Formats: sequence, structure tokens, C-alpha cells
Amino acid sequence: MLYREAGQFKSTYAEDMQIFPIRQDRIGVILLLAVAFLVVPFVATQYWFSALLIPFLVLSLATLGLNILTGYAGQISLGTAAFMAVGAFMAYNAELRIPGMPLLGSFIIGGLCAAAVGVVFGLPSLRIKGFYLAVATLACQFFVLWAINRVGWFTNYSSSGVISAQKMVILGYTFDTPASKYVLTLSIVVVLALLAKNLMRSETGRAFMAVRDMDVAAEVIGIPMMKTKLLAFAISSFYCGVAGALYAYCYLGTVEPEAFVLDLSFRVLFMVIIGGVGSIMGSFVGAAFITLLPIFLNLATEVIANTFDIEISHAVVSNAELMIFGGLIIFFLIVEPNGLARLWQIAKEKLRLWPFPH
Amino acid sequence: MTFFIEVLAGGLLAGVMYSLVALGFVLIYKASGVFNFAQGAMVFLAALTFVSLLEMGWNFWLALLVTLVVMVGVGVLTERIVLRPLVNQPPITLFMATIGLTFVLEGLSQMVWGSQPHGLELGIADVPMEWLSEKWNINISKFDLFAAAVAGVLVASLAVFFQKTRIGRALRAVADDHQAALAVGISLQHIWAIVWAVAGFVALVAGMMWGVRNGVQYALTFTALKALPVLILGGFESVPGAIIGGLIIGASEKVAEVYLGPYVGGGIESWFAYVIALVFLLVRPQGLFGEKIIDRV
Repeated sequence: MLYREAGQFKSTYAEDMQIFPIRQDRIGVILLLAVAFLVVPFVATQYWFSALLIPFLVLSLATLGLNILTGYAGQISLGTAAFMAVGAFMAYNAELRIPGMPLLGSFIIGGLCAAAVGVVFGLPSLRIKGFYLAVATLACQFFVLWAINRVGWFTNYSSSGVISAQKMVILGYTFDTPASKYVLTLSIVVVLALLAKNLMRSETGRAFMAVRDMDVAAEVIGIPMMKTKLLAFAISSFYCGVAGALYAYCYLGTVEPEAFVLDLSFRVLFMVIIGGVGSIMGSFVGAAFITLLPIFLNLATEVIANTFDIEISHAVVSNAELMIFGGLIIFFLIVEPNGLARLWQIAKEKLRLWPFPH
Repeated sequence: MTFFIEVLAGGLLAGVMYSLVALGFVLIYKASGVFNFAQGAMVFLAALTFVSLLEMGWNFWLALLVTLVVMVGVGVLTERIVLRPLVNQPPITLFMATIGLTFVLEGLSQMVWGSQPHGLELGIADVPMEWLSEKWNINISKFDLFAAAVAGVLVASLAVFFQKTRIGRALRAVADDHQAALAVGISLQHIWAIVWAVAGFVALVAGMMWGVRNGVQYALTFTALKALPVLILGGFESVPGAIIGGLIIGASEKVAEVYLGPYVGGGIESWFAYVIALVFLLVRPQGLFGEKIIDRV
């Protein structure tokens, strides 16, 4: 009853082609965005912005990027963090070296450079598949970090390899409070997410899915394999690159290459798998889950320590958190291998019939 | 020239160490199609357990036996708790599950044994062989040769186990074709538990060797990352591939580090192996000895 698309007739092409064809979806998205833009900036605390919301949004963008590659085009990549690093450091350099460069322009340059790197390291995907490809993308991960560490130009010859993001100024307004950074991040993420949602139902998106489902068959029906796979790598890396730039500018502020180690790649991959492979919404849910889980575990151990009045050493806590994190991931994979997005699908089916299931 | 030989020999022997880790991956991948990322954590767990027991004053063989029991237990439990519910899931899901397992094992081993680094002594000093350095002026570590010998014995005994025993035949049958193996009455669950146990044993050997070389510490888990290029070079399904891949990677990495490193600022061993493997894969997508990839539409 609550979620029923019956009776929603489309009388124009524009209506038929809109991104969210179901009225309930539209209302839901608009409400969500209204809350995110108009309510959250005024009610959330500093801690919420800088420790929860901004990393969540930035990592959702990276997850979205990886999901385009892994979920839609079917190519596994373990180099996400490297693409993010390229985005972060190239955005920094663009802002530093090109006078009068607008901030968003630097972000886009960062994204484009990441896309270029992505295309180069996507080349092996034309020959190899599956885990061979996954391991091959690790080459990108290690090579990029090594290059950033070794070549002084990337870090503006800072001796420690640490860069400090410049002030963010757009049209004379300085984004320096956590709330304003949050709004900036949110705007970029929303625009890119809507673009991705739109792209995935276009010819390009369908070509990606055809390649994912069976690449030989896709080639037989006339989908250019090389173009499609490399485009998937380019778009995915662009998203990751922009996410990396946001990670540096809006979240961390000062960045060292070690912020983009393999661990981050794995975390993003977890977000994709837990959220739902091949689902835009799943990227956000997965990112929220993986970002919140460690914080929740941290709080839980504190509460346990306080209620039972026991002294738990720091090492034990961090190891226990590691174990629980791993255990929960295994648990989720066993219980819902299709990700949290699948739960939402089931809920939708139930809502369609509720309260009179037959 | 002697210097080159020395570098090459050092590289080959280092490659043997990579092969030891890669072997564990291959065994599990062959039998169950799972790309077990947790192998590095298993190496760490085995080495840490063994060295901690030794430091508690246990007898060498007793410690070895108990560690072996622990590793077999971990293998069997993994099969039981993680793999069995995930049967028929796509390989990427299984891969993610093993990454989760990595976290669990790392947390577990550090929670039980603490996270401070340990030194490990097996009674073989990590010093150059005297007669080699006297006669030809080549420095090759005694311990490296010992590790190579251990790897040789390990591979030989695994080969005998696979070729001559009933369980080994069953393992090969499962690796060939799951359904056919089931049809002739081989229990997949049993086989998987055995394979994980054997992989645990291999992890123990690898952990001891790496532990002597670099000390038993958290960094041992990164040995898995060293083994991955070896794997794709040699092919995921091939034991000889793991050995030969390891030798190639080890040798070329050392030679490149010595002769190419100074020109690009050093530290290239973190990625050089991957690039070799990558270039190699462009020519032969299934690796050296991997099964030929046949696409059926």
C-alpha cells in the first residue's frame, strides 16, 4: 500500500525517462536531500561532521566509483586507494601550480588524472580476468604510492611527504568550518551520484552490464570490448580521484601518501560487497555501515568497560575490535551475500503488499 | 661477475621464501577455488604461536606439534564456520570472507600472544657459507640454503602425499572436478578441511623461515602480498608454478634492485615484482603453468 507503483501513468516521454520513475522514490530522495542539506548542517555537532558525516560521504563516493567498475562492469580492482591518492595529490598540485585555478577545477583535474592512471592500469583487463586482474591492480596500488613518495614534485618537495591542503575558496566564500565542508562534500557527492545513476541506465551502463555478465557474448553482439572496459576504468577512477581530493581537502586537511594504503582499498571493496554489488544506493549503505562500525564498536567497548567496571587495555580493545570487524564481515557475507541493498529490495516487495499480503 | 652471481643466488634463495607462502595459496585455490587472502595471517599466527611457546620454555618438538594442532584447528574451523555456509557464492564473496578472516586471525593472534616482535632461532646462523666465500668470494647465507632445502623437502613430501596416498588422490580429484569427485563418493567437506589443515602446515613452515629472517612480528602478514605476484606469474592452480614463479620473482627483484634501483631512487621491491608479473600476464594470461582459460558462450 505504501510503496505501490500501480496507477502511476506516464503521459510524456520526459516523465517516462526521469531518473526516479516511481513517485515514492522521488519523494523519498527529495526528503532525504532536504534533511541532508537543510536540517543536518544546523543540528549536527562538530564531531559528527568531521568524524562521521564527511568521511562517510567521501568514502561513499569512492565506493560508488569502485561499484561502477566492479558491480556494473565486472572488473575487480584492488587499486582504489591509489586512484584516490592520484586524485588528492594532483588536485593539490593543480591548485598549487596553476594560478587562479578554481577549487572545483582542481578537483576535476585530480579526477581526470586518476582516470588517466586508471586507463593505463586498466589495460591488462583486456587480457586477464578475475583474480589475476585483482592482483594486477595491486601493481597500481604499490607503484603509485612509491611514485608519490619518491618523486618530490607530487608533494611539492616537502621533506616528510606530507602536504597541507590549501584553503578552499569558491566564489569568494571560504569553506573552513566543518559544516561548510560538509555541505560542499554533500553537493559534489549528490551531483556525481545522480550522474552515475543516470549513466548506468544509458547505453554505456548497459554495455558495462553486458560485459560483466559475459564479455565474449557482449563482444559478439557488437559491444566494443576495449572501449567499454577502459571507459569503465576511466569513469570509476574519476570518481575515486574526486573522492581522494575530497578526502584530502574536506576530511584530512594534511595528507601523507600513507593515508592511501592498501587497507583503504580493502575497506572500499568491503563497502561495495556489504552494500550491494551493482547498486548505487548500496554504495551509500555500505559506506555508512563500514564507517560507523568501528565507531560503534569503540563506543560499545567503552560502555562494557564502564558497566562492568573493568580496566581493558588499549591493545586488547583494538585487537578485539579487529576481530569483531572481521567476524561481522564474514557474518554479513554469510547472511546476506547480495549486500544490504538486497534487504531494501525485499523490504520494498513487502511494502508493496502491506498490510494485506496474500 | 661474482657479484652478479651472488646477487642472483641471493635472489633465487629469497624467491624460495616467497614460494613457501605461495604454496599455501595454491593448495587452497586448487582444491576449493577460494583465493585465500588469510594465508599471510595464518603465517603470522603460526609463527607467533610457535615462538611464544618456545619462549615459555617448551621443548622445540612439542611446540611444533602444538602449533601444528592449532593450525589444523584453525583450518578445520574455517572450513566449518566460514566456507561451508558460503558454498556456491561468487568467488569475490569468498575472497572478501577470507579478508574478514585475516582480520580475525590477526586480532586473535595479537590478543593471545601480544603484539611485541620476537626473535626466532632455529640453530642455523644467518651467516655466509665459509668455503664458498673463501673459494669463489661469493657470499651466500647458510640459512638461505637451509630454507631452500626445507622448501625442497616440503614440496617433495607434498608431491608424495598428493601422488601416492588415498587422501592425495581424493584431493586431486576434487581439484579436477568437484561434481565428478562428489559422484564417486568423495566428501567435499572432508577434503576442504584437510586442504586447509595442510595449508596451515605450510603456513607454519613459511612462518618459521620468515620468522628467523625478519623476526616474528606483525609485518609477517605482508608476506602474503609478496606471494601474490608469484601466484599470478606461476598460475593459481600450479604447485610447480609457485616454485618457479617464486624463483623468477626473487631473482629478477634482487637483480633489478641492485642494478636498476640506484637510477630511480631505490625501494622498487614494493612494486617491481607486480610489474614483472603484469607484463608476463599480458603475454600469457593464465600464468606460466595455470590452466588454459577457455571461454564458453
